[in-house]
Amino acid sequence: MMKLDSLTTSIGEWLKGTGPESDIVMSSRVRLARNLAQYPFVGRASDHERGEVEQFLRSRLLRLPSRLTLEYVDVGGLGELDRQFLVERQLISREHAEAVGSRGVAIDPREQLSLMVNEEDHLRIQCVHSGLDLEAVWQQISAVDDEIETVVPYAFHSRWGYLTACPTNVGTGIRVSVMLHLPALVITRQIDKVFRSLHKISLAVRGLYGEGSQAFGDFYQISNQTTLGKTEQELIAQVADVVPVLIDYERRARDFLVRETEQNIHDQVSRAYGILRTAQTITAEETMQLLSRVRMGVLLGLLDDVDVADINLLLVRTQPAHLQKLRGTELDTKDRNIERARFLRKYFETGSAEAN
Amino acid sequence: MRCQQCDKQAMFHITELESGEVREVHLCEDHARNYLNQSEGTEQPAESAGPLGVGQTAEELSALDQKVCEMCGITFFEFRNQGRLGCPHDYAQFEQELEPLIANIHGAVEHTGRRPRRPAGGDLPESTESLTRVIGLRKEIREAVEQEEYERAGTLRDEIQHVLDNWHAGEQAADGSDSVRPTETPSN
Repeated sequence: MMKLDSLTTSIGEWLKGTGPESDIVMSSRVRLARNLAQYPFVGRASDHERGEVEQFLRSRLLRLPSRLTLEYVDVGGLGELDRQFLVERQLISREHAEAVGSRGVAIDPREQLSLMVNEEDHLRIQCVHSGLDLEAVWQQISAVDDEIETVVPYAFHSRWGYLTACPTNVGTGIRVSVMLHLPALVITRQIDKVFRSLHKISLAVRGLYGEGSQAFGDFYQISNQTTLGKTEQELIAQVADVVPVLIDYERRARDFLVRETEQNIHDQVSRAYGILRTAQTITAEETMQLLSRVRMGVLLGLLDDVDVADINLLLVRTQPAHLQKLRGTELDTKDRNIERARFLRKYFETGSAEAN
Repeated sequence: MRCQQCDKQAMFHITELESGEVREVHLCEDHARNYLNQSEGTEQPAESAGPLGVGQTAEELSALDQKVCEMCGITFFEFRNQGRLGCPHDYAQFEQELEPLIANIHGAVEHTGRRPRRPAGGDLPESTESLTRVIGLRKEIREAVEQEEYERAGTLRDEIQHVLDNWHAGEQAADGSDSVRPTETPSN
């Protein structure tokens, strides 16, 4: 059993803040949906069958021929706080955390790979890298998928491809997503226009936190919507091709803000910074929004005593489960807001997220 | 996941297809009942597409809804309500019924991506359809045990092992490894 506590002080791959275009692209992610041929899908499996599926996959994932190091976490046996913690690190989905019955996740020590067992499909393999790095992500995940397929009979149909519980995932079972930080497009009110044009080329956009275009902190995920009739490479290209365009829009919007509204934008960034350094109680949502402003300010050269990688770290560590794990005790909403403010003040005093 | 109209757990995950757009609806039991009554209660004119988006009449839909998967026992109606299929065999069992739906979602009806790389020299088929028979056999075992027909349950168990062994043999023929073997636990 993995000691989740060791993760509280480490940083997940997707928040490293490194890799190509990492001023705008937070992370690149690919997930593959796979099922065993000899069992009903998770939603229709009996408790006993679910248990067997978990046992079957767990034993094989833990001794793959390449000896890939994976830690298996029995998600069903975790308390709510630990499950929430894995969600905040993006190692499991919210649905996986809130489900009931036998389920788990295998994670590699670098937190690039996570393999959810008994989510909506028997196996959901996810690979994530920092920055814009889809090609490398694909190389890594397809090697893992190939390897698992030598020891697991994935449900496959000659015409429909890899079979999934929901027909929206059938075929390749692939979801390619890129997470972007687009504060300038939000401030200049161009974001909705961008989204509408993405929908037209059948790409989905959703906020990282919150729903729809009401994303907290201006983090957005762009992903493919269809999975059948195109190869994995074509589906990856569909997302990859649009990212440079979005990066260009965001850069232009940032330039515009600096050129046309410098005092105003400098003021906004400084105020955000001021609140984060001095607040006595602060919600997760407000923190996210202010950190987003500060992150942009740092990248625009308006603030120079903060490191972008630390902002990324703070984005995760100020979330409810992380705060409580770091503090070592469960806290209600009110106490969390106080603890969050304390955590932020301390960070900005000492200039290091590690010092907390 | 919460119901979109109240705080209860969403039990129904409905995938609506409207003019080519896919929309997912997540509802609790009560709201789903209302929702479904509204959307398919009265007879719909054939040209206004039902939830399947292929313009079936209410009668055609209801005939369709009664189709059952031989392996997992899910009806097409249950699938339409939940938006989730019951087992891999559904894609073969409901192939015709699923085709227009899948065409609507993906704009395609044929997988062109990567395919399984079964061990060279083995005689394993690309498709895993033969393995899905185990799902139906397990269901039969449960029924046999309920009826206290233990002998039949035993025979069925042997049959499952036979299907799994056949698959296993295909892999062994390739590399002699036994790591792939899908084994059956007898505690059904």
